Amino acid sequence: MKLVHRNVDKDGEGVIALVPEEPEDMWHAYNLIAEGDCVRASTIRKVQNESSTGSSTSSRIRTTLTIRVEVIDFDTQACMLRLKGRNIEENQYVKMGAYHTLDLEVNRKFSLQKPEWDSVSLERVDTACDPTQNADVGAVVMQEGLAHICLITSSMTLVRAKIDQCIPRKRKGNVQQHEKGLLRFFENVMQGILRHVNFDIVKCIIIASPGFVKDQFYEYMFQQAVKTDNKILLENKGKFMLVHASSGFKHSLKEVLMDPAVISKIADTKASGEVRALESFYTMLQTEPAKAFYGIKHVERATEAQAIETLMISDNLFRVQDVKQRKRYVTLVDSVREFGGDVKIFSSLHVSGEQLDQLTGIAALLRFPMPELEDEDEESDEEK
Amino acid sequence: MARHRNVRSMNYSDEYDGYDDVYGHSVEDEYCISPSDEAQFMYDRTRQPQISAFFSEQDNITEEDESLEQTNDRKNSDCFIRPTLSDLEEAKLRSCLEEIRNVIGDSISEKILVETVLKCDFNVNKSLDSILSNATSSNEIISEDPKPQRVRRERDRGARKCGVSADVEPNGKSSDEVAKETTATGKPPVKVVPPGVKTLNITKGFDVVNEKGDSAEVIENLRSSNAVTPRSQSPGSGRLSPNNPEGDSFDVEAGDKKAVKESGKTPRSRLHKTDALALYKQDRAQSKSHLHLVVIGHVDAGKSTLMGHLLYTLGQVNKKTMHKYEQESKKLGKQSFMYAWILDETGEERSRGITMDVGQSKFETHTKIVTLLDAPGHKDFIPNMITGATQADVAILVVDATRGEFETGFEMGGQTREHALLVRSLGVNQLGVVVNKLDTVGWNQDRFQEIVGKLGTFLRQAGFRESDVTFVPCSGLTGINLVNPPTEEKLVEWYKGPTLLDVIDNFRAPERPITKPFRLSVNDIFKGTGSGFCISGRVETGLVETGDKVLVQPQNEVAVIKAVTIDDAPTSIAYAGDQVSVTLSGIEMQNVSVGYILCDTTQPIPVTSRFEARIVVFNIKVPITKGFSVILHHQSLSEQAVITKLVAQLHKSSGEVVKRRPRCLVKNSNAVVELTTSRPVCLELYRDVKELGRFMLRVGGVTIAAGLVTQIF
Repeated sequence: MKLVHRNVDKDGEGVIALVPEEPEDMWHAYNLIAEGDCVRASTIRKVQNESSTGSSTSSRIRTTLTIRVEVIDFDTQACMLRLKGRNIEENQYVKMGAYHTLDLEVNRKFSLQKPEWDSVSLERVDTACDPTQNADVGAVVMQEGLAHICLITSSMTLVRAKIDQCIPRKRKGNVQQHEKGLLRFFENVMQGILRHVNFDIVKCIIIASPGFVKDQFYEYMFQQAVKTDNKILLENKGKFMLVHASSGFKHSLKEVLMDPAVISKIADTKASGEVRALESFYTMLQTEPAKAFYGIKHVERATEAQAIETLMISDNLFRVQDVKQRKRYVTLVDSVREFGGDVKIFSSLHVSGEQLDQLTGIAALLRFPMPELEDEDEESDEEK
Repeated sequence: MARHRNVRSMNYSDEYDGYDDVYGHSVEDEYCISPSDEAQFMYDRTRQPQISAFFSEQDNITEEDESLEQTNDRKNSDCFIRPTLSDLEEAKLRSCLEEIRNVIGDSISEKILVETVLKCDFNVNKSLDSILSNATSSNEIISEDPKPQRVRRERDRGARKCGVSADVEPNGKSSDEVAKETTATGKPPVKVVPPGVKTLNITKGFDVVNEKGDSAEVIENLRSSNAVTPRSQSPGSGRLSPNNPEGDSFDVEAGDKKAVKESGKTPRSRLHKTDALALYKQDRAQSKSHLHLVVIGHVDAGKSTLMGHLLYTLGQVNKKTMHKYEQESKKLGKQSFMYAWILDETGEERSRGITMDVGQSKFETHTKIVTLLDAPGHKDFIPNMITGATQADVAILVVDATRGEFETGFEMGGQTREHALLVRSLGVNQLGVVVNKLDTVGWNQDRFQEIVGKLGTFLRQAGFRESDVTFVPCSGLTGINLVNPPTEEKLVEWYKGPTLLDVIDNFRAPERPITKPFRLSVNDIFKGTGSGFCISGRVETGLVETGDKVLVQPQNEVAVIKAVTIDDAPTSIAYAGDQVSVTLSGIEMQNVSVGYILCDTTQPIPVTSRFEARIVVFNIKVPITKGFSVILHHQSLSEQAVITKLVAQLHKSSGEVVKRRPRCLVKNSNAVVELTTSRPVCLELYRDVKELGRFMLRVGGVTIAAGLVTQIF
């Protein structure tokens, strides 16, 4: 994302103009824009003209509109962001108050006006505009009969293809069906990779599986590549990495991102950092349960005691429509920062973020144990 | 007749270009033959699973007999001269013959017909009666080729000897079987109506049927819904005749019942529970009890080799194959793997020298028929091992006695512990522990005792009763103490216990839940021979028959069972506990996947994506919290799931609630949790069906908990 212009006054009100450059930027925009914000962008609108004689003609016109956002719609697979709202700046084609749906486009400037730019939003703008945080990784997690082809960017994990196929088991005196089924499965995975992975962008492609499936597949793929003289695969052979995973389900990506070999390659991606943070939370929960807490109530209480060392929070929470709720989370983040704590905002599109979402979306590691929180537990739970 | 043979052995691609066009037609359609003839000549897999048994019957015939008889027969038929008759008589005779032929076809020679008609004064009914009761082999000879006649005449002679008049039998039950059974029991012959009337009312089938005792009631029960049903003409509908104590009558009825079943599609639920049990008892009472045995243990403990050697010693693998394996494994420089190759069949498994998927085989002991499931020991293949273990009744745990090896397998994160806990949680409570490779430590008794001591304590903690665990010293590669008592002096000195085979023989076969509604968990889907596709799996509860309609859950589609096969032998009925493969029709192959459940249409299995369960947390490094994503292993299914709620933590032994809504679950605790699966799955409450109410939770290649379903939302 490119920052074109920024004008935020002391109270936090102001306008920021941005140019999204890649699909991932749409995700950032999605996290920035909230209901009630004003967005100005160029768009295409169908306009009906009535001539003096009464005949009407309709034409499509590119124009720049400013709308107050009412509905936000994001498609994770296509990375499309749609904003629906009323027009607030009349021009020659569109009347005041007319509804319009803006489709944010890559490489087209849009400007966003918020009544209040809080620290989280501003930070989001900064991270989005940081060009160093670009590391696309392709990952294939597979087991016999199941494969997920994923694309991991710094703030998103996108499942590009899921291959679920039934492979006959080995049976007494009939192993051909098994082997045939396996080859068919490999062929499908290979086609999936060729179709969904852009070798120009990705830094590396991780193939992860339990057992020897990955080795078998790797062997098969390059045999086929040689046979069919597939240049793309052969040229990028060095980009492939074989890593162990315990299953072919999507959440085993977590293990993959923990693998030392992978970390060394993609060290600066957000994904692996998040996974490690969550892992340390769980370890703490096992060893010293009084130093690891989750749930907004507990965490808030710990903040009051200035006890938080690391705060993990899912960006899902900041997308709430309720302004009060959002403010509550923002204050939490700000106060943790104020007292020297570390705040990690998890992307809910990553596997680790998904898990954090399930875990109320907020978790914290404390500097010192607070067993009293645990005791209050039961009473507060009763209320829920 | 012989044309059938030819057709069967014909090389279709050479002889029959248009074969594909008529593919799916039954061959019988085009070559007309009466069912009784067919029952006699054709090898019918449903009745005789072993083709060799079919052939061996022919061996009883002495050559002389045959030639003698044959010449006689030929004379009978060939040199027949009709007696001179008046014109009127001739005309009467002709019309009579025509009538009779309409009924019985060409199976009886003209000579006999003419003679009988004359005897009966041109009375059609009378002569038909007497023809059918007197029908003998001599007249059948005319029909065709001499080759199969040997069998037929031998059988018919047997039939004549014991005075059976029934020759033609409509329901696919060959007359020789009836004959044999009659000889055995000395009962009066079964009176049979000719095949010509087979499309009539079913109750005409056998005169004796309704006089039979309780077994007849079973049939009545089934028949009640459709008393008038055309008899099935399929000769394949008979089923594996059980050695039932009641003699011939039940067999006949079973076939009879089958016919009703196939044509009428009586729903299974009509069958009363006690009937199912009675049927099972009749079918299986005499045969050896079935046992499913899973072999578990750390990787490279020698599971496959041990079992391979056992199978070889028991004669399940022929010498030639063994020799081939020996040569081939030698070529790869892995001669020690030659026995393991019996169970490890894929190229990948052989070249890597480890088992990857569950290998299946079968052998018999004195009192049991054992289905052997050879589970992989490697950590990464535990999901496969779980699918094997869910099907097992008992387990053999193999440990490597070599110094250092046992310790790695048992203490340092090896699979010995995990496997033992897994099978225990999956309901296996009898365990044989094989202390393998004891020859590497010189059959040292101290070493054996050391291992017994360590494992014994652990297994007790895991919940095995001491009386249900047996320790056996063995050597899989050299085959000592597998089948025959040991000859090795060092071992004989101190070991007086049972051999491995004795241990297996001493396992108790569990009760089979026959009376519960039918459930079958899909373990494998593959293309079978012929039309449709096959699925294999274990019948968990109830019973299944060919022709049954079943519901495929969670897909909620109805399919029809076309065929049931147990151990490559076709049968018509399978009971709980059987490992079967069934051919399905009425559903697409891609709509079925591993882990689905086939169940009764009237009492379907619950399908859910959210349920409550009681779990036992294993020795885990990371505590379980809300939102933990796990892999749920249930039967053969593995599905992604999330622990959505920690309901309560329970006391380990008393089961009382210790803490409601705990923040996390630490190792070795018991708890009630709520799970949500990413796709709907089929589950049963544990208290209803134990087999389908158990599951395992795994994360990152480690089993974290075992659970029982307590509530389905």
